[in-house]
Formats: sequence, structure tokens, C-alpha cells
Amino acid sequence: MKITLNNRAEELDLNQPAISIEELLVLKSFTYKMLFVKHNGVVIKKEDYPVTNVAEGDNVEVIHLMTGG
Amino acid sequence: MPTFDEIKSILSHYTVGIAGAGGLGSNIAQALVRAGVGRLIIADFDVVSESNLNRQFYFADQLGRYKVEALKENLLRIRPEVTVEIHNLHLTSQNIPVIYPTVDVMVEAFDVAEMKRVLIELFASTFPSIPLVVGNGMAGWGNSNTMTVREMGNLYLCGDGVSEVSVNLPPIAPRVGICASQQANVVVSLLLSKYFGNENNP
Repeated sequence: MKITLNNRAEELDLNQPAISIEELLVLKSFTYKMLFVKHNGVVIKKEDYPVTNVAEGDNVEVIHLMTGG
Repeated sequence: MPTFDEIKSILSHYTVGIAGAGGLGSNIAQALVRAGVGRLIIADFDVVSESNLNRQFYFADQLGRYKVEALKENLLRIRPEVTVEIHNLHLTSQNIPVIYPTVDVMVEAFDVAEMKRVLIELFASTFPSIPLVVGNGMAGWGNSNTMTVREMGNLYLCGDGVSEVSVNLPPIAPRVGICASQQANVVVSLLLSKYFGNENNP
């Protein structure tokens, strides 16, 4: 499955047509404790990561948020 | 190109919300008041402490005072005609939609990363049409050219996106000031773009 992840083309080796945001974060080793996710331009709430599916051609942005201000 | 009097007169019609009155919020407020923004809505629960004076827009004779009250006083000394609405409280996902529904642009100026996420997720779901300007990564010193503005729809991320505050990488006035000024600059640019187009992108 081909998606765009943080503005880069990404080929995911999957035997299923879609993957949840939660699974994608584990698969691509996003281990930051604080981040936010945009899926096709829409901010996804953390509680919706397990129920939001990423499919062929989708655009996902994962941004690390850090303390300081 | 417009004169500053024209710019000030346009900005006077707008309201900007600022969540947090620390290193980012206090300096963003100062810049926006000087630029001519008409009304600010600022919330914070904290009091001014000595460690804040290395970067925040407060003075030694304000130690121990509530930040929002001290900040309002300082802003009114710059421009007495500005309207500053202050809320001395902890912002939460419950009270944010009550305090900020009328703003033209919203500014995230929290310290804690968890609250940055709360505000981003809340604004995306509750006020998707209000631009949100976030500060993310401004600890330490140097590396001026890593401070950037990233546009993601109507979400704008300012800062370097990597430097987390810690004991050995403290927030210090110059770099916090760069981030605060980037955020204020995005706000001014968004408000003026309605009149002068996107010639000067955020």
C-alpha cells in the first residue's frame, strides 16, 4: 500500500487494504509520547486513532509536540 | 503598499485569542498590541516568578502577581486604548470553547506539550475555520535558521519542531522571542491578508 507520510512517499508491506492510525504509528515507530496526527488534512483525535483507517493514496502527517513556551 | 496608520486601523477591528501568558504568550501579546490589534483574550493561571524574567514580558516588581493581571497592566502602558480581556484560570477542553469562540485568530502559547495537543484537537473539531498558530520547539540558544513556520491548512507551526525544554536546554529570551515573533507575525499576516492578499505569506 502506498501512502504519503510526512510529505514522503511510503510503501507499506501489508496483506490488508487498510491500517489504523494506531497501527501505523507502531509500524513506523513513532514513539514520541506527545504528537498529533492529520489524516488527509483533518486533525484526528487521539481516541480515534484505533478507528481511523488509512488506505491507498492517503496523506498522513505526524507531528511531534514538545514542551516549552 | 499600506502605511502603518492604515495597517493599525485594520488590525484594530480584530480579536486574537492567546492561550497561556508565559514566554510565548506574553511576548506575542506585546507584539500584537504594538502592531495595533484591537482586542486580545488572554488566559493563564500562573503567577510571575523570578525564573520567568529570563524571557517573559514581566518586571521584577511584578513577582508574585497573577500573570494575566500583570500582563494587562503592561499592555495598557504600551497602548491604553487596546481592549484586553483576561481570564485567570486553568484552561481545559471544557472552558476553552466558552472563552475563545469570538476570536479571528487563535494562538497556542502553552508550556506543556499535552495542552498543545488538546488545543489543536479541540480547535480542529470545534472551530475548524479559525486559524490556529502554535509554538513548537524553541529551547536553548543559537540555531536561528532552524526556526521556521510550517503551514498545515489553517494550522501554523512555528519553532524548530525538535528542541524540547529540559534542565540542560532551558528556554531563554532570544529563541523564545524568535518563536513568539514568528507566531505574532503569522497572526498579523493572516489578518492583513484579507486586505492586501497573500503577497506576504505567513
